[in-house]
Amino acid sequence: MFKFDKLVFGDLGWGDEFLFATLMTITVSILSMGLGLCLAILTVWAKLITNKITRIIANFYTTVVRGVPELLVIYLIFFGGNTVVMSIAKLFGYNGYIELNALTIGTIAIAFISATYSSEVLRAAYLAVNKGQIEAAKALGLNKFQIFFKVMGPQILRHALPGIGNVWQITLKDTSLISVTGLVEIMRQTRIASNVEHSPLTFLVTAALLYLFLTTFSGKFFKVLELNYSKGYN
Amino acid sequence: MQNFLDYFNQSLLFRNFVEVLSGLDNTLLLLIISLPIGFVLSLVFALGRVSKNKIISKPIAGYIFVIRGTPLLVQIYLIYFGLGSVEFIRESFLWILLKEPFWCGVLALTINTVAYGSEIFRGGIQSVTKGQIESGLSLGFNKMTLLRKIIFPIALRKVLPSYGNELILMVKATSLVSLTTYMEMTGIARKIMAKTFAPVEAFIAAGILYLFLNFLMVQFVKYLEWKYNPHLRLEQN
Repeated sequence: MFKFDKLVFGDLGWGDEFLFATLMTITVSILSMGLGLCLAILTVWAKLITNKITRIIANFYTTVVRGVPELLVIYLIFFGGNTVVMSIAKLFGYNGYIELNALTIGTIAIAFISATYSSEVLRAAYLAVNKGQIEAAKALGLNKFQIFFKVMGPQILRHALPGIGNVWQITLKDTSLISVTGLVEIMRQTRIASNVEHSPLTFLVTAALLYLFLTTFSGKFFKVLELNYSKGYN
Repeated sequence: MQNFLDYFNQSLLFRNFVEVLSGLDNTLLLLIISLPIGFVLSLVFALGRVSKNKIISKPIAGYIFVIRGTPLLVQIYLIYFGLGSVEFIRESFLWILLKEPFWCGVLALTINTVAYGSEIFRGGIQSVTKGQIESGLSLGFNKMTLLRKIIFPIALRKVLPSYGNELILMVKATSLVSLTTYMEMTGIARKIMAKTFAPVEAFIAAGILYLFLNFLMVQFVKYLEWKYNPHLRLEQN
């Protein structure tokens, strides 16, 4: 039933393969979380400025991506992404064949999903900061950038951190879905190893434990971060 | 030529739409079985989670921790590929159910939603104030009546928005069962893509259907919120 001796490092086991797969999962999670946060800031900005068109586009984006299964979004970007990139390249006069690698596509797909959740968190955090803060900053004669980086930014971050932590957990778990694109992260490695060794239970339990370790560990990390960031309020 | 191509693409989208629609019943079947069971079990597990008896609350806390810390995909694979590889399960009566990808999907979705749902309900149950419970006790309610008449109505009303979120997540989660060869909407969209090499049309057709399903779910939750929060309704007429 279990063949845990197959998990040793080196040529006899899958230990090192799983280590690299875990690193790949972490890499994809961090990259897509970062890209997702950038996208989310853009989305929040589009929703909060007084421009109807950007607001409609942003609302459409978040509604659609949150209403459609993650797997479908990944399929769409994985199978349809190359077509879109090639047609954009065609506009610039390049007619060759372009293929994005699985890491890029996976990161973009997860970032698109993660950004919709982050944008809700950031929007709520922005609205939670008292408007008087901006007025006070303006009264002090700070310019726009100073207001954003010195006054609003830190306060938004404090309000948003617990929510960002949740989004991080969702993003980390969503990366298991990009195994369908062939990128060798934990889930893909699990399928490969269990097909070779004919012992799916061993490797699936390993994968579950790895994910559990990652989510718990990063959860603790975010707890510490939150404590550090709300020092002045405890 | 361009017109012709547009027309062709549109009709392809339409034909895909009809084909994906034939998988709608399989998606709904997953939900119709796993959501009600998940709801009832979530309530039971939430009560167990807040129970003062550590023998009951600790294992439930552990179960919630494990399920919420691992991706649903791992859980589905564990049940479909993992349990199937165990000798004594293949020889037991459970194999009648577990050899079907459908029942594996139902089992995985139920296990998943119970973990999230019971955590949501726990919040609701703990938000019932002490005074409300005491007033029930002073009226001579026994434990069951107290649960039925006071704790559940107040708790459920409070958690409706977040449980609605969980329901939407479940609608989306059914797509993962397609990875165990179960032919619901995502599985059919994948098949269409392999057949026509037109990924965008296939997945957009499926996406529209999922959006519609979720729209219905949101309306349903909104209706429940309206129905069970009469004190929050704006005065009508």
